[in-house]
Amino acid sequence: MRRAADNEDLLREAAPRVLAAVVRRFGDFADSEDAVQEAMVDASRQWPAQGTPENPVGWLIHVASRRMTDRIRSESARRGREDAVAADPTKRPEALPDHDDTLVLMFMCCHPALTPASAIALTLRAVAGLTTAEIGNAFLVPEATMAQRISRAKQSIKASPEPFRMPAGEERPERLRSVLRVIYLIFNEGYVTSSGPELARAELAAEAIRLARIARIALPEDPEVAGLLALMLLTDARRPARTDAAGKLIPLEEQDRSLWDRKAIDEGVALLADAVARGAVGEYQLQAAIAAEHAGAARAKDTDWREIFGLYGLLEKMTGNPMVALNRAIAAAMVDGPDAGLALLEDLDKPLDGHHRLHATRAHLLEMSGDVDAAIAEYGLAADRTNSTPEQHYLTTQAARLNTRRRSSSPQGD
Amino acid sequence: MKFMVLQAYGGVTRDVPPMGEWTPEAIEAHIKFQKDLNAELQERGELVDAQGLATPELAKFVVSNGAAAPLVTDGPFPESKELLAGYRVIDVESTERALEIAAQVSAAPAHDGAPIEQSIEVRQVMGPPIED
Repeated sequence: MRRAADNEDLLREAAPRVLAAVVRRFGDFADSEDAVQEAMVDASRQWPAQGTPENPVGWLIHVASRRMTDRIRSESARRGREDAVAADPTKRPEALPDHDDTLVLMFMCCHPALTPASAIALTLRAVAGLTTAEIGNAFLVPEATMAQRISRAKQSIKASPEPFRMPAGEERPERLRSVLRVIYLIFNEGYVTSSGPELARAELAAEAIRLARIARIALPEDPEVAGLLALMLLTDARRPARTDAAGKLIPLEEQDRSLWDRKAIDEGVALLADAVARGAVGEYQLQAAIAAEHAGAARAKDTDWREIFGLYGLLEKMTGNPMVALNRAIAAAMVDGPDAGLALLEDLDKPLDGHHRLHATRAHLLEMSGDVDAAIAEYGLAADRTNSTPEQHYLTTQAARLNTRRRSSSPQGD
Repeated sequence: MKFMVLQAYGGVTRDVPPMGEWTPEAIEAHIKFQKDLNAELQERGELVDAQGLATPELAKFVVSNGAAAPLVTDGPFPESKELLAGYRVIDVESTERALEIAAQVSAAPAHDGAPIEQSIEVRQVMGPPIED
């Protein structure tokens, strides 16, 4: 007899495979999702009492399918027509391996018709198997609101004429990029929240990594899938050192590196080497390479900033992203001194006007160059503009630290 | 009974400088106080929500007649000290308990470690109709 927690894990693992099978058979994404949820509820009620079945996935598919046929029959009866969809041989599930089905599901959930927020919610529900309450909690949104968001997302997919299949031809790389972007957004949401008091939602980061692993099993040759997984592993490896016991933010150069997860780092580095060997370096591989440079430095001062500066240069050329340019400016400062970094920041005044990270970075470099007054002002601007409470505390504290130093070193009578 | 416990930018009767001019230790003590209070309210089952709001400089004010494009102006308008810094929503047994909690908020440590003595607004949240 399994423990309740084992059953819960089992159900979560099974969810996407069951949903994929049912959608493949019946074609209606929204109704299939409902039917699968109902089957899950049945399972969580019946299995503890009657024992977990030999083939849990098969059991769930069977129960969900029965609910679908019941629903179709009652709808047909209402319409006064016989509907033979359930018996249609052309809709029988093809014998594809489970992980391919889950990948197709991921492709469906990252449908271009959906906003990023909707795609994220739907992916977490349909592929990661989180409950609506869990997803709502992760995004600090009431459960009912999140349920509506997911329901509307399902309807958008329903409205699209796309059957359950892998997107073909030129559509595929674009859709895969979309899938990777959604996974990365989920990870970012878990690693650094954009607003609110909690700095990291570890569960979301872990889910993103799990989704990337699923994608990797289905696409073992794709270097960007490997790159994304490597990036997330290398980044998440730092999480134990990122905040202190009180939840305060600890910047990279001050982190206790002995707390970093070495196993995750080793796996990330190996994945990256595998990906890079395949040629066609993409943006996730570059970001992973930068993360690997940090991970490889035993102490902050051992960091190969010149290498990092070069990698950011490549990444900037590839993406044109001003945030990448910002990070490159930091690397420039570490190689050639703060004035080199500050010069690069001037180019970002337009694209990143008013962005808290521009002010925070400038403050840091101004402090490095000894211009305390200007640094204090920039830290203040950054603190005002950030959306994250822990980050706001950190920036305010930096301003306070410099203020205290300035006060104690100024001549008497000022 | 649900109440909002509101902190505006004004209402500090003592002479307290902006937080950027405090010592790091004083800032940490203040933040810890707020965290501990939230934890206490959470543990007692009284905390519904607690949030800080973005700086008043980023506040926007919108007026619309429903037809033409709305008029959007930048804050701080009209008096920045009337603008909200943050709020808590609490669910408590009585008005007295809500006032007790507000008193705790008002006594958060300031730059010198002594209570900040901020004036805290307490407003009951309207609820559903009471059945006879």
